[in-house]
Amino acid sequence: MRMRLSTSQLRPALIVIAALAFPFLAEAAGGGYYVGVMTRVMIYALAATSLNLVLGYGGMISFGHAAFFGVGAYAVAILAQEGVTSAWAAWPIAVAAGAAFALVIGAISLRTRGLYFIMITLAFAQMLYYFFVSLRAYGGEDGINLAARSRLPWLDLRDETTFYLLVLALLAGCLYLLRRLAASRFGTVLRGIRENEARMTALGYPTYRYRLVCFTVAGAAAGLAGALIVNQHGFVSPSLLDWTQSGTLLIMLILGGVGWLYGGVAGAAAMLLLEEVLSHWTGYWKLGLGLVLLFVVLRAPGGVGSWFARGNTRG
Amino acid sequence: MLLLEQGLNGLQFGLMLFLLAAGLTLVFGVMDMVNLAHGSLYMIGAYLMATLAQATGSFWMALPLAMAATAAIGMALESGLLRRLYERDHLSQVLATFALILIANDLVRMIWGPQALLLDAPRALAGTIEIIPGAPYPAFRAFIIGVGVAVAVALYWMIVHTRIGALVRAGASNREMALALGVNVKRLFTLVFGLGAALCALAGAMLGPLLAVQIGMGESILIQAFVVVVIGGIGSIRGALVGALLVGMVDTIGRAFLPVLLRGFLPNNIADALGPTLAAMAVYILMAAVLYWKPTGLFPARG
Repeated sequence: MRMRLSTSQLRPALIVIAALAFPFLAEAAGGGYYVGVMTRVMIYALAATSLNLVLGYGGMISFGHAAFFGVGAYAVAILAQEGVTSAWAAWPIAVAAGAAFALVIGAISLRTRGLYFIMITLAFAQMLYYFFVSLRAYGGEDGINLAARSRLPWLDLRDETTFYLLVLALLAGCLYLLRRLAASRFGTVLRGIRENEARMTALGYPTYRYRLVCFTVAGAAAGLAGALIVNQHGFVSPSLLDWTQSGTLLIMLILGGVGWLYGGVAGAAAMLLLEEVLSHWTGYWKLGLGLVLLFVVLRAPGGVGSWFARGNTRG
Repeated sequence: MLLLEQGLNGLQFGLMLFLLAAGLTLVFGVMDMVNLAHGSLYMIGAYLMATLAQATGSFWMALPLAMAATAAIGMALESGLLRRLYERDHLSQVLATFALILIANDLVRMIWGPQALLLDAPRALAGTIEIIPGAPYPAFRAFIIGVGVAVAVALYWMIVHTRIGALVRAGASNREMALALGVNVKRLFTLVFGLGAALCALAGAMLGPLLAVQIGMGESILIQAFVVVVIGGIGSIRGALVGALLVGMVDTIGRAFLPVLLRGFLPNNIADALGPTLAAMAVYILMAAVLYWKPTGLFPARG
């Protein structure tokens, strides 16, 4: 018993140390390219984790989560084109934009249930997709380039390792907040609503407001992920808001384990690294990815996370 | 005159959406299954049609062959794989059928290569006819409208007057009860899936000459078909028809006239910027509005 307790405490510490050491080891081994790959994995992990708050903890199947991701990215890119390059200004605005859109879209969508909720969130995401397609001043269908990464005092984000460490810190911070949130009274009520909404309503909880707050917080976190991804790619186009992107975020989360604190991280890492490996090996990597996904659905319904976190999938 | 012509275009697009949405809404309503891979069947149908039309040299010979082949693929997929997902939650179905999209796209690229295929309209329908006096309309588009109406009537007759139709309606309105009353659901489900796949191939054959036969063609139209299904009410053929016509009209008329209309009361530069945006968003605004006021669609099948 004692042994198991200490390994479960040790494992997170080991992961953090490995994550901190990774960019230095990779640079030393001449694999600087992989620092960027891992940065991308962590940004998608953040986006998938924000979806986990909505889906895993709130029980809402949102099929339009890429909208908030894209809005955050566009906020940074548009501000940069207008001359605002400070991260202190642009990133909070991206977060606020994600939250604001989530608030409005959530306020309308949360009146529907089940399949209809899936479809109405999809509809709003498609509206935003076409909005950015027709936004000719900011690139329209072709998207816009970010001339340079956002600026921070003291830190030079152009340096891959610095940017990697900043993203790592933000991801860790968000995971910590999610854990606190899940353990708080708010999180408990939210899980109550997920399990039995009628009961929570009868107990006197304003369930609609709880779910809306959850949806909005997730939108804010997705906006932050968007601000990071545009800095990583140096480019944003409407395809970042496409429905297949929302689908990809959902797939990552299902793959990793819905409702498990690290489900988004595990899923993003599994999917993007699989893509990375398969695409080096064959041009038909999507075929391989599809087969792996099918295998997971049929053989490991709890996601890959369930293999090494048995009995621990419900946060 | 222009309005009438655009109206016909809207009707034509709406009827094609109906072909896709009919299969989708039945799978949705009867098996309670989210099938994102429906668009892939449409793509496969169009590719088979283009290949068979070239091999046989005849559009009319290729059409039934492509429909039968796509139906067979659909039924094999249903009985081999999708059947296992009926009892699972919607999330698993989304994951599995999303995986099928990835697999289908890469398989098609493997077999046919990355470039788009050409599918010509039959030579007999290459000209124009005058449906509206004084305004020539492409004969092939008029033919598509005819096919769409014929399929709608046939499906309506099948659903309302045949035994299979009664079973489908029973399955859509109360699946557990239909099961309890001893309906052979396994065979029914496979049959419904095959029918949906055949309609996909038909839509692919009709739209192939108008749009490009290419990888990813299923994804954009799939979402519009889902919009139709949701607007109409899941499981309802009548809802799918009304929804498809609404979506087809709103989309086509919106694109053609919204920019002009806005110029009437807005400054030109704002109208020019806003018009195309609103036109592209119109379908989704329509869906959000319908769901806001009628959260289970226009013709809910479940009583």
